[in-house]
Amino acid sequence: MFGPLDKYAAPERFYLLCKSMGPWLSAISLLLFLVGLYGGLVYAPSDYQQGDSFRIIYVHVPSAWMSMFVYVVMAVSGAMGLIWKVKISDAIARSCAPLGAAFTFLALATGSIWGKPMWGTWWVWDARLTSELILLFLYFGYMALQAAIEDRRMAARAGAILALAGLINIPIIHYSVEWWSTLHQGPTVSKMDAPSIHTSMLIPLLIMFLAFKLYFFAVLCMRARCEIIEQEKNSRWVKQLARGGVDS
Amino acid sequence: MQRLSSLAVFSCLLKRELLLGLRHRSELLHPLLFFLIVVTMFPLALGPEPEQLRQIAVAVIWVAAVLASSLSLDMMFRSDFEDGSLEQILLSAQPANVLVMAKVLAHWLLSGAPLIVSALTLSYFLYLPQSATVPMLATLLLGTPIFSLIGSVATALTVGLRGGGMLLALLILPLYMPLLIFAVSAVNNAVQGLSIKAELYFLSALLVLALTLTPFATTASLRIRLS
Amino acid sequence: MMEQLNEFVHMGGYASYVWSAFGLSVVILMAGFYLPMQKEKSILQKIRKNLERMERSK
Repeated sequence: MFGPLDKYAAPERFYLLCKSMGPWLSAISLLLFLVGLYGGLVYAPSDYQQGDSFRIIYVHVPSAWMSMFVYVVMAVSGAMGLIWKVKISDAIARSCAPLGAAFTFLALATGSIWGKPMWGTWWVWDARLTSELILLFLYFGYMALQAAIEDRRMAARAGAILALAGLINIPIIHYSVEWWSTLHQGPTVSKMDAPSIHTSMLIPLLIMFLAFKLYFFAVLCMRARCEIIEQEKNSRWVKQLARGGVDS
Repeated sequence: MQRLSSLAVFSCLLKRELLLGLRHRSELLHPLLFFLIVVTMFPLALGPEPEQLRQIAVAVIWVAAVLASSLSLDMMFRSDFEDGSLEQILLSAQPANVLVMAKVLAHWLLSGAPLIVSALTLSYFLYLPQSATVPMLATLLLGTPIFSLIGSVATALTVGLRGGGMLLALLILPLYMPLLIFAVSAVNNAVQGLSIKAELYFLSALLVLALTLTPFATTASLRIRLS
Repeated sequence: MMEQLNEFVHMGGYASYVWSAFGLSVVILMAGFYLPMQKEKSILQKIRKNLERMERSK
């Protein structure tokens, strides 16, 4: 069904693939993080309006992007598990949720830290922060459902439907919140965009974005490994693995 | 054996649902009482000044309606799940989507429609201007079916789970937020004498979207929960 | 050299905001990396213990 990728759809193969890919992804992402941090904190000039506080975008914007991206990955792999009954997509979907929630939380926290010098308060009901908050609720709902259903297969499939319903709703939520915030435009102008971003500011942002993305895949590999061995704990290869690779 | 048309089965199931619902009248009253009590608490907390109450009336009524309807969802599938008739319904030769829709429609008639009536009554108690009554009715008419439709998916996913009611609310409330925004904004526009067309279009679009997608999602969810 | 470093740490007066945002990100990302590593170890350990118990009871 997936052509040459088909053989990796077997849990054991996928586990081994994750195990071999994990360190590479982590290493490259760490390298990109170091470069991006240097670029964002030192190389990029400070903004003429926001001063050095604008540097928070180098963690805020990538985590906000990732929070959406992870939800899409979660819903799509959940749908694959639902339609083609691929065991590993269930594991991937379940592994996504806590990671996505962490990115969303990070986007909210850094956004509010940024908001303090910009708006004078820790929290403003700005359109972007509000939809990010609702996204966090969606992640929590998914995780609550996973925790409530004992059977792992059933939990993954029920979660897939919930994630798809959420995926259809995300654009609607986004749009309605924009609508709502233009309706209630307060005295503070809520503009979190980096104003007219310069190339020397943009390059570190893109590097940070790549670093976040690779970090996500690296951690996804690790989480998926946990999910798979838990899912397959009665199979021979997992027992062998638990004994330390030696079949006694 | 005679094969029944889908419509016949639909109306048959609808009748059964309504009959069963009306037999457990007190259960139907609980969400309404909850709605009433929540709305009553606002004048107590805020003070009885009509001007102040008028300002928050739309928001209070809509938020309380959202909460009340999320509480009423629990009864949609639970008793049928417990006595096994839900499984029979899904196993029947009729398209399951049609049968699920009959249950959703029955739920709306039994919980959504009374909610509309009580919301309109309460809007009078909160001094909502007369000019806003028709827009309020319109948003409720468009909104409450969406509650039942989207709610049916989450209810199907959580049916039979321990602590299902609270979990259901956690799953469903974030999905209701766009609805809340458009509905409240429509009524507030009407209070200020502005046009409410755009919001009503959005609500109608949401209703059509929910009507086309949720039957499949609900049926799939029920199949998963019963597998 | 020292002056440059001082200026860098100071972040144009926004030091507390910038450093707390970056610090929080580093902490969360590191925790997200560390926790699944521990979890896998503990799962494998649990499976091994189960196996040993079953072998002993045989």
